[in-house]
Amino acid sequence: MKTLIIAAKLILVMTAITGVMYPMIMLGAAQTLFPHQANGSLIYFDGRLIGSELIGQEFTDLKYFWPRPSGVGYTSQPSGGTNLGPTSKVLSEQIATRRARLIETHDGEQPPDNLILASGSGLDPHISPAAAFYQVDRVAKARGLDSGQLDLLQQLAERSVEPYNFGFIGQPRVNVLKLNISTDSLFSKRSK
Amino acid sequence: MTTNDFLQIGALIAALIVLTPLLGRFCYSILTGRGAKVLRPFRILERLTYKICGIDADVEMGWKQYASALLLFNLGGFVVVYLLQMLQQFLPLNPQNLSAPSWHLAFNSAVSFVTNTNWQAYAGETTLSYLTQMVGLTVQNFVSAATGIAAMAALARGISRKTSGTLGNFWTDMTRSTIHILLPLAVIWTLILVGQGVVQNLEGYQSATTIEGKEQVLPMGLAASQIAIKQLGTNGGGYFNSNSTHPYENPTPISNWFEALAILMLPAALVYTFGLMVGSRKHAWVLYGVMMLMLIVLIGISAYAEFSNNSALGVAHLEGKETRFGIVNSIIWSNFTTVASNGSVNAMHSSLSPIAGGIAMFNIMLGEIIFGGVGAGMYGMILFVLLAVFLAGLMVGRTPEYFGKKIEALEMRWTTIPIILPSALILIGAAIACSTSAGLSSLANRGPHGLSEILYAFTSASGNNGSAFAGLNANTPFYNITLGLCMLLARFGVILPVLIVAGSLANKKSTPMTAGSFSTEGMTFGLILIATILIVGALTFFPVLALGPIIEHLLMLAGTTF
Repeated sequence: MKTLIIAAKLILVMTAITGVMYPMIMLGAAQTLFPHQANGSLIYFDGRLIGSELIGQEFTDLKYFWPRPSGVGYTSQPSGGTNLGPTSKVLSEQIATRRARLIETHDGEQPPDNLILASGSGLDPHISPAAAFYQVDRVAKARGLDSGQLDLLQQLAERSVEPYNFGFIGQPRVNVLKLNISTDSLFSKRSK
Repeated sequence: MTTNDFLQIGALIAALIVLTPLLGRFCYSILTGRGAKVLRPFRILERLTYKICGIDADVEMGWKQYASALLLFNLGGFVVVYLLQMLQQFLPLNPQNLSAPSWHLAFNSAVSFVTNTNWQAYAGETTLSYLTQMVGLTVQNFVSAATGIAAMAALARGISRKTSGTLGNFWTDMTRSTIHILLPLAVIWTLILVGQGVVQNLEGYQSATTIEGKEQVLPMGLAASQIAIKQLGTNGGGYFNSNSTHPYENPTPISNWFEALAILMLPAALVYTFGLMVGSRKHAWVLYGVMMLMLIVLIGISAYAEFSNNSALGVAHLEGKETRFGIVNSIIWSNFTTVASNGSVNAMHSSLSPIAGGIAMFNIMLGEIIFGGVGAGMYGMILFVLLAVFLAGLMVGRTPEYFGKKIEALEMRWTTIPIILPSALILIGAAIACSTSAGLSSLANRGPHGLSEILYAFTSASGNNGSAFAGLNANTPFYNITLGLCMLLARFGVILPVLIVAGSLANKKSTPMTAGSFSTEGMTFGLILIATILIVGALTFFPVLALGPIIEHLLMLAGTTF
């Protein structure tokens, strides 16, 4: 009986320490030190919330760079992958459809694999650098850019590549949402 | 594989090895009550805890007392988590107005977090309120890990003490592990993660209008503080549904590096701690070497499978993986998380190549002893050590001894039961699921991959791992109840025998080592130990693995899809 009482009290004390004090102090520290990150790295445009730097968005318009396919349509409620296995016929059919669509819109060129395979979160904000370069011509054409502007767009895509962290950790990548925002701002006047 | 891939694997493993003696020594000083140089505020918290709870820190407990304290504490934790879920709609900090989950889901989740499994049949962002996650789950993330450390410490004391009969004090082991080991590390990790972009706020979910004019809901919450301890305590339960693939849970390669390191950091350090507690660092390094060698080989096999193309689909193995991590970080993680009973994922295991997915499953089947869960891995490994010592004793015809203590019938009985129990739960559970419509109706994939889904679920639950081949719809009464029972039996059906063995060893006299004693400090012993682990694991699971991942691999090579 004495053991039971101590157990019950200890649970309450541990709850107070690790379940209330710890997250609340961390909340205060996070909001003081890293308010932008702690609140979701949100991006506002004209005071309107348009998304987060970290969360991928769906782009289907020809004038935008496209992200990877998503198992949840980039809705985030809830997040998730397709969980299709390596011998899944469903996945095989999805790949065929996506590949065909990309080849059709990119002058018959084969797409990089990451553009036809869905991510684990369904919210992957990145594509590989190759996948970004692959789309430059198509985006330029849809925006009616001349060859000088096409070079500018190519340079923009190259500048958007985030390298390995510390020179070797992670993978080189391009943030699709950020690239599309800078593409819009670079060509907004001329494309209208 | 490129040089960079080797570099990424090497850097993490090197960091792990460097940290082991440092952190191991620190944990030792905490567990032996020698104070270490703990920060003042944490020491005040410890004293305050004892005062409020009426704990006498100097009381020593026998194995029965120790076990009953541990069980009651965990039972209490279960009740709290269960009630918090069922009542969350009436409680504060529920901005999305989430209602109570079904009773069987609440049962499953409560068991899952109390047993350090963190199997998740629910999606965090659409099921649990901020309060439930914070006051219920975050707490269990700490104390279930501390329970593992406590049980390991009790076993180490049982081995090192002579004719004493006591194993320490559960209350102080629990309190010290939580306050001095887990809490400071969690604070550091939270800050690192928030700096990288993991959310930590109490806002409601944000609604964004995307550039193309669609609605996108951005989930918020106290994620960073929970994710820090989820990784450090080998818990693995994600704040969001897609766990550490979610950009708010693991936003950058740097956050990924620290989260991966956190998975194995404490389990690895505790091997060293154990060595200090039983008085043989050499023995600890032998065990460490065995674990590390197996880990590296397993990563190697997974990497080979993943860097080959998928010949059935004609693409690289990138489905279910995040661009920022790439294949190499996904493979490091899939192995770290499964050897360590962590269970978090940064790539979808169901979409891994058949061999890499099979290795993930096999890691858990081996018994979560390659570093394993915090504390739990070490006491699990000692069971195999006792088995290996016993086998070696039989071979040379001497009474087997471990640290001068005779290993007799009672120890062997309570060593074999916890080794066999999880295996039995996996195979029997999977067999029942495969032969009932309740089990089969949850499948998402066809062909051998379907069997792998079921097998993985029971493996994960019975190994207290918590990762998943997440295609399986696990939120059904059948799976919630059966997997919940597997988690309970596998956790406490191992901890109790471990404490019994510890109690029995503590009672024994220790005879001095002679030239004829079998040394547990050399290569020979390491090899016997590896053989014991592989023979038990392989013999038990090879047939069923042949029907799942292995045949799927062969069919994939032949270009078959289902």
